[in-house]
Amino acid sequence: MRMDVTARRSDLSEQDNHALISVFSAYTVSAAVWLLFATGVGILMAFKFGAPEFGSGAWLTFGRLRPIHTNATFYGFASIALVGLGYYVVARSSGAKLYSAGLAWIGLALFNVAALAGTIALDLGYNDGDLEYREWPWWVRLIFLAALVVTGWNLIGTVARRSSKDIYLSNWYILGGTLWTCIIAIVAVIPWYQYGLGQVAVSGFYMHNAVGMWFTPLAIGVVYYTLPKLLNRPIYSYTLGIFAFWTNLLFYPIIGAHHFEFSPLPWWLQTIAIVFSVAMLVPVWGGSSNFLLTMRGHTRDLIHSYPLMFIFVGVMSYLIGSTQGTLEAFRSLQQVWHLTNFTVGHSHLTMYGIIAFAIWGGIYGLLPLATGKQASPLGMALHFWTALVGCFIYVTSLSIGGTIQGLDWMHGLPFIQSVIDMQSYYVWRGVGGSLMFFSHIVFAWNVWRMCYGPETVAAPLQSLRAEEAVA
Amino acid sequence: MNKLALIVGGSTLVYAGLALMMGVLPGIELSKVPAGAGVEPLTALEAQGREVYVANGCSYCHTQQVRPLDEDKVFGRASAASDFKYQTPELLGSERTGPDLTNIGVRQPSSVWQYIHLYEPRAVVPESIMPSFAWLFEVVDQAPAGVSPVPLPRAYAPAHGVVVPTRDAQALIAYLAALKQPTWAGSEGAAAGTASAATGASSTAPVGAAAPAAGHDAAKGASLYTANCSACHQANGEGLPGAFPPLKGNDAVNDDDATTHIHVVLHGLQATQVGGVVYGGVMPPFAATLNDAEVADIIDYERSSWGNHGKPTVAAQVAAERAKVK
Repeated sequence: MRMDVTARRSDLSEQDNHALISVFSAYTVSAAVWLLFATGVGILMAFKFGAPEFGSGAWLTFGRLRPIHTNATFYGFASIALVGLGYYVVARSSGAKLYSAGLAWIGLALFNVAALAGTIALDLGYNDGDLEYREWPWWVRLIFLAALVVTGWNLIGTVARRSSKDIYLSNWYILGGTLWTCIIAIVAVIPWYQYGLGQVAVSGFYMHNAVGMWFTPLAIGVVYYTLPKLLNRPIYSYTLGIFAFWTNLLFYPIIGAHHFEFSPLPWWLQTIAIVFSVAMLVPVWGGSSNFLLTMRGHTRDLIHSYPLMFIFVGVMSYLIGSTQGTLEAFRSLQQVWHLTNFTVGHSHLTMYGIIAFAIWGGIYGLLPLATGKQASPLGMALHFWTALVGCFIYVTSLSIGGTIQGLDWMHGLPFIQSVIDMQSYYVWRGVGGSLMFFSHIVFAWNVWRMCYGPETVAAPLQSLRAEEAVA
Repeated sequence: MNKLALIVGGSTLVYAGLALMMGVLPGIELSKVPAGAGVEPLTALEAQGREVYVANGCSYCHTQQVRPLDEDKVFGRASAASDFKYQTPELLGSERTGPDLTNIGVRQPSSVWQYIHLYEPRAVVPESIMPSFAWLFEVVDQAPAGVSPVPLPRAYAPAHGVVVPTRDAQALIAYLAALKQPTWAGSEGAAAGTASAATGASSTAPVGAAAPAAGHDAAKGASLYTANCSACHQANGEGLPGAFPPLKGNDAVNDDDATTHIHVVLHGLQATQVGGVVYGGVMPPFAATLNDAEVADIIDYERSSWGNHGKPTVAAQVAAERAKVK
């Protein structure tokens, strides 16, 4: 069953290799640009909580920027970055060349066209409703769906060319996530069964699954490849990874309605969502302990490698953030935290703490292997620490502030009191957000170095994988 | 190849099944929920206003769902499945940076207030962090026929000309005015209970006519005033010149007989004259949302603040006034 990815060395032609590296680099560069844009918008919005008149006018009004920020982060940055990593991981772990480099480029173009068209449409006030994470007009979402289908087809074709019988664990997650997301996108875009409360039910399903059945599986897939690769040892338990795969698949799609607790959605739908939110502890703890047990005894390697540090933070966020998600689903806690900024803190702990950190760990770990070019240790250090501290400040301030907000309401204070009480926490959110944004500038610089910088052979990290020049 | 088929085909099939069960089927079923009594489709202008609301992402800060929780009673009765027949796209929202708007047409019926607030929220709520929507208005030399200029406080008014709402702003305000929860059979008894959410301590507050004459609670009065009155009459009791009348030095407030004062709070007011100035706006009635003790607390707060010297009232007198109309 087990396959040792670290030992795999493919015998691909120089040309195939080059094609894969170009695809991986291009996706990463594109993702970095979207990250800068999306979080630049995020910073602008954070300022608006303290200075509501800052950047006024239709094009910069908060309600238009909010979906631009979330969609560009999700479908610009995270999707493109994960698909780029996915291509590299799938091809390398299968010991095969890409099924079609041309399709990968077409996919990249489609992702970018969708993100760009979606952003422009939202800023002009054209949307398909304030339906979280599916605000883009339907035709833009069809372009995104086309990108997904192209990607799925290409990934399947690549795995079908594998040189061994087994399919490495990473590919399970990456293939699965891509295909499931095609279904999510179709479910979301068909309008003819979504009216009134029916649309609320679909919104609950969609907003949850678009995150947890797309970003999470791909990020986990990337970690299952990068972690053993960097540590030069196999994953702790292959079986545990498979177990987490199937339990995640069975439990996660059921819990979307916990976004609408106490709403007029049928009570049983909400209760089932809460029950399976608890069941989600199984794949979450299974998956994260698998990662942590793989790292056990290698603390020294860990603290000397920024790619591993990024992955470690990603794994810890997965453990903490997802467990927090389970707790939040309980009605007693939801009563305090629902509709407050606590939720915003949670979504950043998960999308940023888990997904973005896993992406960065994957890119810093794998891109230098592909291009033979390194980011400077200082650049990685600066990125890591500002992102980590920024995210910590961001999440902590909104978690405390959100709790106060919720308690204000429960104590029957005038609503405006909850606005006043949030002020200092909004300032801290801005501080955290600024650090995060700064780290993204450093990241962009690092990506540039890894793609177009000077060739470097010996860097501190190289000691971990000295035997590998290309793969 | 078999293994690839298992992962690709098997897991996708399982997922498709779950998506059908948890997304599609509930969607189909719940789309059929019929409209409750009194739930009507919007007019053309209101529907246009809803589009403005959606296009500018109002629902990222304002929910339209009242939960069956005590803390939500300030926003209206709990939302019911039958309320949503005509609400596509749905606007339930996920965050309350600002208050819930499910029932805002009842809670703030004054379009004058809505226009001022939309143009510059801080003109009426100094602590507000809502963006200004001045770009939904125009500055003209003279208001065209049939359009009233927005009576802005001097600090926020343009140096020359008057501010008039564009068609989009008019539609948006028409939509907000239309956001009224139809009362339903189960909710009539809830009216008295609704008040309990306005103050945290009111689980002990007497409801109805049995209220003892135990003097007013100043802190509670101040808190209730902030929640219910200060958006128009302002924290300093001075109102807004030309838009909302002052309570400071107001004859009805300083009259030793509190009858008029109580009557206005309970039943609202439209087009009135205060201190020789005519106000065209609407004041909402509070009979359905505040109990007698709470009305008395507010009135006593108003009568003892900002240099006012009206004689205090008691819950029993409010109850008597309430009974007169029934």
